[in-house]
Amino acid sequence: MIAELGLVALWLAASLAALQLVTGALAQQVGGDELAVLTRPAAIVQGLLAAFAFLMLLVVFGQTDLSVKLVAMNSHSEKPLIFKLSGAFGNHEGSMLLWVTIMALAGAMIAAIEHRLPEKTMLATLAAQAFVGLGFYAFLLFSSNPFERLPTPALQGQGLNPLLQDIGLVFHPPTLYVGYVGLSVAFSFAVGALVTRQVTPDFARIMRPWVLGAWIFLTLGITAGSYWAYYELGWGGWWFWDPVENASLMPWLAATALLHSASVLAARDALRAWTIMLGVVAFSMSMVGTFLVRSGILTSVHAFAVDPERGTFILALLAINIGGALLLFALRAGTVAEGKRFSVLSREGALVFNNVMLSAVLGIVLLGTLYPLVTEAFNVRVSVGPPYFNPVSAIFVFPMLAVMAVGPLLRWRQDGMQRIGRPVLIVALVALLVLAGGWTFASIHLLPLLGLAFSAALAIAAFMPLRGRNLRLLPIATWGMVAAHFGIAVALFGMASESAFSKEKLAAIEAGGSADVGPWTVVLTDVVPTAGPNWTALEGQMLASYEGGPPIAIAPQSRNFWAPPQETTESALVTRWNGQLYAVVGRETAEGRWQLRLWWKPFVIFIWLGGALVALGGLLALIGRVLADLKRRTVKARAAERRAESAA
Amino acid sequence: MKRWTLWVPLTLFLGFCVLAGYQLTQPKDDFVVSRMIGKPLPDFDLHAASLDRPALASSYFHDGKPHLLNVFASWCIPCAAEAPQLEALRRRGADIAGIAIRDRPEDVADYLTRYGNPYSRIGSDDLSQVQLDIGSSGVPETFVIDGKGIIRYQHIGDIRPDDVPLMIGKLREAEQ
Amino acid sequence: MRALSTIHTALVAFMIIVTLPVAAQDAVPPAPYANVQLPDPAQEAKAEALMETLRCLKCQSQSIADSDASMAGDMRSQVRERIARGEDPEAIRAWLMERYGDYVSYAPRVSETTWPLFAVPLLLALVAGLVLLRRLRGRT
Repeated sequence: MIAELGLVALWLAASLAALQLVTGALAQQVGGDELAVLTRPAAIVQGLLAAFAFLMLLVVFGQTDLSVKLVAMNSHSEKPLIFKLSGAFGNHEGSMLLWVTIMALAGAMIAAIEHRLPEKTMLATLAAQAFVGLGFYAFLLFSSNPFERLPTPALQGQGLNPLLQDIGLVFHPPTLYVGYVGLSVAFSFAVGALVTRQVTPDFARIMRPWVLGAWIFLTLGITAGSYWAYYELGWGGWWFWDPVENASLMPWLAATALLHSASVLAARDALRAWTIMLGVVAFSMSMVGTFLVRSGILTSVHAFAVDPERGTFILALLAINIGGALLLFALRAGTVAEGKRFSVLSREGALVFNNVMLSAVLGIVLLGTLYPLVTEAFNVRVSVGPPYFNPVSAIFVFPMLAVMAVGPLLRWRQDGMQRIGRPVLIVALVALLVLAGGWTFASIHLLPLLGLAFSAALAIAAFMPLRGRNLRLLPIATWGMVAAHFGIAVALFGMASESAFSKEKLAAIEAGGSADVGPWTVVLTDVVPTAGPNWTALEGQMLASYEGGPPIAIAPQSRNFWAPPQETTESALVTRWNGQLYAVVGRETAEGRWQLRLWWKPFVIFIWLGGALVALGGLLALIGRVLADLKRRTVKARAAERRAESAA
Repeated sequence: MKRWTLWVPLTLFLGFCVLAGYQLTQPKDDFVVSRMIGKPLPDFDLHAASLDRPALASSYFHDGKPHLLNVFASWCIPCAAEAPQLEALRRRGADIAGIAIRDRPEDVADYLTRYGNPYSRIGSDDLSQVQLDIGSSGVPETFVIDGKGIIRYQHIGDIRPDDVPLMIGKLREAEQ
Repeated sequence: MRALSTIHTALVAFMIIVTLPVAAQDAVPPAPYANVQLPDPAQEAKAEALMETLRCLKCQSQSIADSDASMAGDMRSQVRERIARGEDPEAIRAWLMERYGDYVSYAPRVSETTWPLFAVPLLLALVAGLVLLRRLRGRT
């Protein structure tokens, strides 16, 4: 019954999306606005219905209703409730429903609260949102129905992949989805603005919080995903340039560029066409990523329910949505005036530079990810991995970081070298000192060395916009920028340090033996069997001491899950301010010793702290922008009231 | 901005769609083909993997007759699945030399009693060294080696019943 | 058959995992240098750097340095032994590429099939430069 309720809600939501599309589109024609009053309510009710459908899916998963095919395929009654619920979106159908739900709720929100743009542009935006949504409804209803029943209920579910039974992964997918789908709002705004040719600073201001919101979630999602891969895979790596990782990085790169170009448009009414373009590209990257991951045409370490039919469907949606938007762009963007001009040495100049660099990095990630597909079409298999991505993207990343250090110090429109000469000199000196120091005293490879130098310089430069300003009067959004840029410096430091200073120790030791890694001594006291709700494990009980300090008990495990059967490694981590000890217990060797893998990774945690700081910066910027908007609105409302009063 | 540059994104995107669409229609094959086909079999000298079959060295393949070289393991499920087809090939006159990958003699013996023994010789490749040397990336794989010890053909995965005539044909080709 | 193979399934972007095929794995202990470092740290560093750029052939997309597959272990052992014998890392890569093609190396080299990988970044740099010149020059 509950599954049927969900399905009915989904059909109703789809019909309302159709209504929203038709009324919104008709309103673009002369005399077609009679029905336009229906567009906003349709969007709101659509959002509520989609949310209701998703809630019903959570309920069937919570109850482990094994007559529902999706539950039988992906869940198991012997599983903690939280993983039962997360199982609802740990599969293709459920995650698509989550996607649609977030998208519909976002549409409902702009329909309910956004009244600043010309109504025609808003209706076009809502119609675009409904158009994209309809494609996904069709996908769900015709080829990926999450509520499908089995002819006879299954006796037991097949379980959820044990690697996914991790608390981090309960929050990870919805986080990324909010990010991906939030970009659909930017996309719809861009299409709406193209349709009505209203590319104004207001458009950028209204789109910006959505981009910021999506970007915050993408940042958090990527950061959390990277940390998850780091501790769950058991080899100490935190980024592999795997196609699926790239699929999440590409929308982030596009959104980062969009965020900054929208700022230029909002503040200075420049970069109009470019911002529209990025609005389309950012969501394209979300969809391209979804396609690459789910169609199974790329080989990835990340395993997916691969189905060519799904791939075809997503590709069709992609071609229609993105192809349509790009066609509209090609036809219309020429009529959008370029906007205000500015000099090279200006805030806009720096932002344009960084936008171009970000786009180039995006291009490289896209190229490297897709290239194996190109050669496969000619029956040649190639691999593109870190040795390609790292140096080639660095060519663009380091100049970008250099400009990023200076950009926030510049004034809008035009600035003089003499005004920023001194801070630039300080920042450059810091970078050079670290470079020289690293070069002489430690043999560090070029990229990590550059990373260390740039992170030091950037960490200082990030705070320079605060110079000579009254900190209490500083807009919250500026604090956001400082935090985000500092976060980049922190993350970069973590990456460079991990790469330059990590120590590895592989050892086969008996219970009672010990091994050293970096400043740590690890004693393996015992290896004992242990059990969890749906797994058994061998647990290595160890005592780790830092430079002969007090021993800390750690217990990495090698787990065997039985539903479905799979082995996972649970690494044990000891986090200190200056790094992390990473311990893994492997197999027993022939001589009854235990394979241990130990790493000492100085400052590795800074990678994810930096990511969190970047997200926090985004959040501050979002709060700042929204508060400023509200203030502006009240001021406007008061002025209108006063005008009304004086008129009366 | 020049007008034509506005069409660049759409063009690139359409290129992507064509590529993606084409790849969707192609069967996904994850095989890593050996580049050693057409080249001489590298030298090796493996100890015997079972008590009732002699050891295997690369010199064995220089007797002027074509051979099949089957890379297998007792712990590999598809290998057991192809055992009847290997037997059929043997009955049709093929000489099959085996290389057992990362295997223990007792496991090999057990495997051979259970699934049959079509091999004339079996070498034991304990550290996958020969496997790496001939460009094989998994088990089972079957190579056709001609009488001069040149690798002529590689079959990746288990041999299905309808692959048997193909393998016989490849052996015939190697005879010339 | 002691252990089921560990198919390490990372997933960072999307959560669509199916039950993975459970493949068997052998019972033979790992190759001598599969999980043992070379005594000489300089040689080990060389081996490590190389292993991180070689693709595990049995895995989906992992380097042999981060894989539990026994074949990856055998490849690690080969790499370490060859480095210990004084072979040049690039010679070892070439030896593997001679057997498995470009696929085995994560570091694409310039060839008739891969030149666009290197030409496109150059082109991008050029276009970026031109765009910046056009956008930024002559603006006051």
